[in-house]
Amino acid sequence: MPDTHFYRPNHFYQYDDYDRTLVGERVEQFRDQVRRRIAGELTEEQFKPLRLTNGLYLQLHAYMLRIAIPYGTLSSRQLRKLADISRKYDRGYGHFTTRQNLQLNWIKLEDAPDALAALAEVDMHAMQTSGNCIRNVTADHYAGAAIDEIEDPRIWCEIVRQWSTLHPEFSFLPRKFKIAITGSPNDRAAVRVHDIGLRLWANKAGAVGFEVIVGGGLGRTPMIGKTLREFLPRDELLAYLEATLRVYNRYGRRDNLYKARIKILVHEIGAEKMREEVEAEYAAIKDGALRLPVDTIEAIARQFAPPPLPHRPAVVAEVEALKLADRDFALWLKSNVAPHRMAGYRIVTASLKPAGAPPGDASAVQMEGVADIADAYGQGEIRVSHEQNLVFPHVAVEDLPAVWRALGRLGFAEANVGKITDIIACPGLDYCALANARSIPVAQRISNHFAELARQHDIGDLKIKISGCINACGHHHVGHIGILGVDKNGVELYQISLGGDVDFGKTAIGTILGPAVTADKVVEAVDALVGTYLDNRGDGERFVDTYRRIGAQPFKERVYAAV
Amino acid sequence: MPLFSEKGSATILEPVPFAEWQQRPAWPAMSLANTDPVEHLAPHVGRLRLIVLNFPKFSDGRAYSQARLLRGRLGYTGELRATGGVLHDQLPFMLRCGFDSFESDQKGFGEALAKARTLFSVVYQPAEDDRAPASLLRLSRRNVETTV
Repeated sequence: MPDTHFYRPNHFYQYDDYDRTLVGERVEQFRDQVRRRIAGELTEEQFKPLRLTNGLYLQLHAYMLRIAIPYGTLSSRQLRKLADISRKYDRGYGHFTTRQNLQLNWIKLEDAPDALAALAEVDMHAMQTSGNCIRNVTADHYAGAAIDEIEDPRIWCEIVRQWSTLHPEFSFLPRKFKIAITGSPNDRAAVRVHDIGLRLWANKAGAVGFEVIVGGGLGRTPMIGKTLREFLPRDELLAYLEATLRVYNRYGRRDNLYKARIKILVHEIGAEKMREEVEAEYAAIKDGALRLPVDTIEAIARQFAPPPLPHRPAVVAEVEALKLADRDFALWLKSNVAPHRMAGYRIVTASLKPAGAPPGDASAVQMEGVADIADAYGQGEIRVSHEQNLVFPHVAVEDLPAVWRALGRLGFAEANVGKITDIIACPGLDYCALANARSIPVAQRISNHFAELARQHDIGDLKIKISGCINACGHHHVGHIGILGVDKNGVELYQISLGGDVDFGKTAIGTILGPAVTADKVVEAVDALVGTYLDNRGDGERFVDTYRRIGAQPFKERVYAAV
Repeated sequence: MPLFSEKGSATILEPVPFAEWQQRPAWPAMSLANTDPVEHLAPHVGRLRLIVLNFPKFSDGRAYSQARLLRGRLGYTGELRATGGVLHDQLPFMLRCGFDSFESDQKGFGEALAKARTLFSVVYQPAEDDRAPASLLRLSRRNVETTV
């Protein structure tokens, strides 16, 4: 019994009886709603928002269930359950998304309540992973382990998760609402492109608070968020969020689906006016019931206390020897292994982007394998990154060879994290009802073309992001190379943009290079872009740095000569 | 449209639209569009007996904010009625925002209202129904544990 065999306490928020009661009651409420839908008591129009706020979409071929993984943190036990559920109610695999969720693509409506009940057994749910409400809150996937962290953002994600769950006032917003939180100066949570982004930082006096960024987003109108508050005391977070959401709920546009996000409100009334409105509302409620008592914050913070990691050697002879003996291991250390706040440990990323595979997919067997690795070498903990990979936040340096070999057996040891084949792609026309074009096959073609690892490492850090339509689930706007699928008179074409970035302080929306290219020319186009970079790069310059220095013209000439 | 009230008694006074009511503010029953500024009612809430808030579609949630402002900020204690797109499954939210009467032609609405408050025995956030959120219950439980 793996569950008990490897039993260890978790080092993140654990449900108590209040949480379990609420999630259980929610499952029963949904069971009744599904029964009424099947009995014809609810029309599809009436049922739609109910199923959406329980994570159930109607896709091209079947229902899709989107399961929340709050702040991307999972225990090995939870991941095994997800594998179970994917086997029992789906086709034995799942897709990890850019919002740290897991999607199952072949759910039957009548099974959905049972699948949710199975999730509840491991303290998980699918609430508010869809619909016009506050969605699952995302965080830095290195939280609690990162060397540059000021405070674990997951403490605040959990506080926001509870406040936003079944919020009676904000369950029928003009449009969906996404919040991301980072606790590090090196933002790995893309906080400037969320409806609200929160960045924890310490001011000169040493006090920690939030920079509150509002109105960022991708989609058809990409925008960088505006800072409404430079420094918000932590205990006032919920009051400030409630004030912002209330202003949005009252004044956000509802006449046009495509202009309903908060970014449009901020854009239309201006950041100044938005700040005035929010601050006025906030002033009226800040001393009320939403102010967080110190005891409440501390009780949640304690649950995120890092695991007690025993001292382990920082330099290990076996690791050094393997590095010299095996080129793939050496490359893997470079790209998939990041520093940990403790010297004898590292943060390891399992790449869900092996050459030619659909980005972010994992089979039930692979999920169980990852859970086993987490138990054996990683404190039983797994993270989902918004780049659609899985992360072991606490791995001893000594265990790196064993982890690498085990990941290799799962097909997740590709040394490509941050490289050209670490592609973000939405499900696209293969699954999605909104898509104009396929994304996954394009990602697979690029991935196969650049599969050679030494070449990838020579090309260096390069983020390719692919969306199958302008809703931009693949974040193409912020890819160093962004690829957007469009439909022109029934033909799938791909528009290429350059220079997008989500790094803090450098966040930028990419610029369209020129006319869209056909699917069979995308690889040639990317090859031409890479060639232009390699011919022009200066010392230590990444692709995006060279692009910023020399501009689009040389890239453009070579691409359109090639396609 | 059939009218349902938790208390079993709803006022029979005819609500007048906001613009009309401004002409005769002594009348104690009014109906607001979800874009009408509830803040303007501050001086009058003490003598109002019925405010009707409108849901043009069930998916248009502006009136939830109006309801909370009327109850929480303005201290309105009269009848607060929801009309328009009012369906069973919104009841837990509406009750928490302070609504206490409902116009709905959905079948079985009365039964749904009768059990709406029992669907969720835990809430996560303060609202207008005076239910203590889980965070507060946890605090008092911890305090009891430490004193014992």
